[in-house]
Amino acid sequence: MRETAYMLMVIATVALATFATRVLPFVFFSSREPPKLLSTIEKNLPPMILLLLLIYCLKDVQWFQPPYGAPEILTIVSVTALHVWKRNAMLSIFAGTGMYMFLVQFDVFSFLFG
Amino acid sequence: MTHESEKLFLSALRTTLPVFFGYIPLGMAFGFLLAGAGYHWIYALVMSIFVYTGAGQFIAVALLAAGAQLMEFVTVTLLINLRHSFYGLSLLDKFSGVGKVKPYLIFALTDETYALLTTARVPEGASKARFYFYISALDHLYWIAGSVLGAVLGSMLRLNLEGLTFVLAALFVVLTIEQYYASRTRFPFIAAIGAGVISLMLFSPENILLLSIVIGTLILMVHEKVTKREHADLTDAGIYPKEEK
Repeated sequence: MRETAYMLMVIATVALATFATRVLPFVFFSSREPPKLLSTIEKNLPPMILLLLLIYCLKDVQWFQPPYGAPEILTIVSVTALHVWKRNAMLSIFAGTGMYMFLVQFDVFSFLFG
Repeated sequence: MTHESEKLFLSALRTTLPVFFGYIPLGMAFGFLLAGAGYHWIYALVMSIFVYTGAGQFIAVALLAAGAQLMEFVTVTLLINLRHSFYGLSLLDKFSGVGKVKPYLIFALTDETYALLTTARVPEGASKARFYFYISALDHLYWIAGSVLGAVLGSMLRLNLEGLTFVLAALFVVLTIEQYYASRTRFPFIAAIGAGVISLMLFSPENILLLSIVIGTLILMVHEKVTKREHADLTDAGIYPKEEK
């Protein structure tokens, strides 16, 4: 019973802290205008953050050990090429993911670096 | 459902499909972890409904296992999720006028939902509020389903899903390209590569995302100040025409 109460308290705490980070800008700028500098960079945030999210997906890649990030780089280059060519989001995403799963599950680059 | 809203729902379903394939295995990994730490699957359900944050939930399990104090949960969660404040900053306009779903949209603003909402175009003539709500709620549902599935199945299931979560990286590639086509300025991409590479080299994996966003935003601000000053200097020198007010 104490365990349950503790667990619920932890969940409530984490939930509130998470919501706080999401609601902060909306509360802060609900009654006042955002500063001018902020509103000019506001439009530039989404493209920057999306590219940073992509870079973040590479955080666990071991660049100095075989296969030197080759599956990740090759997949990203292929998805980019396919998407620029066909401009079909579903095709680019799922062909890329299938390719990546194949590359890592069958350890395709091991013969190159092994 | 009317025909119109059914069409809108299907459009949102299509938009969120990559997130489905990312959130189910990722949610399952979280469920496995929580069940492995000895907790009932009901907690996976409650956490995924009310907390709803990927990295934050994984770290919460680690803190639980370490027997952390409540204050530690607060600080760690705030630091891990501070990046969400930057998301809100760029959605102040987009979220104005969405009406009563606004609190939910803010609550459900994960990395992936942010990526979809900033890039997906609302179908012609459809309600923005409803489209955004469908996208947010579907993503939320995938996460809940994945985490409960993972917690219930525990280690019963041995599917080789290695590499499937890279679907989210592929999604970010596509959305970045779409942003590239849609935006006139190229500088945000240069700022991101600079901030991202610096962060990959200098910081530990759990800090990379927040710190790279902070650095990238600083780069954007400095760039904005500098180009504006240059522009002002050139205007004073009579090279650029003065802006009409």
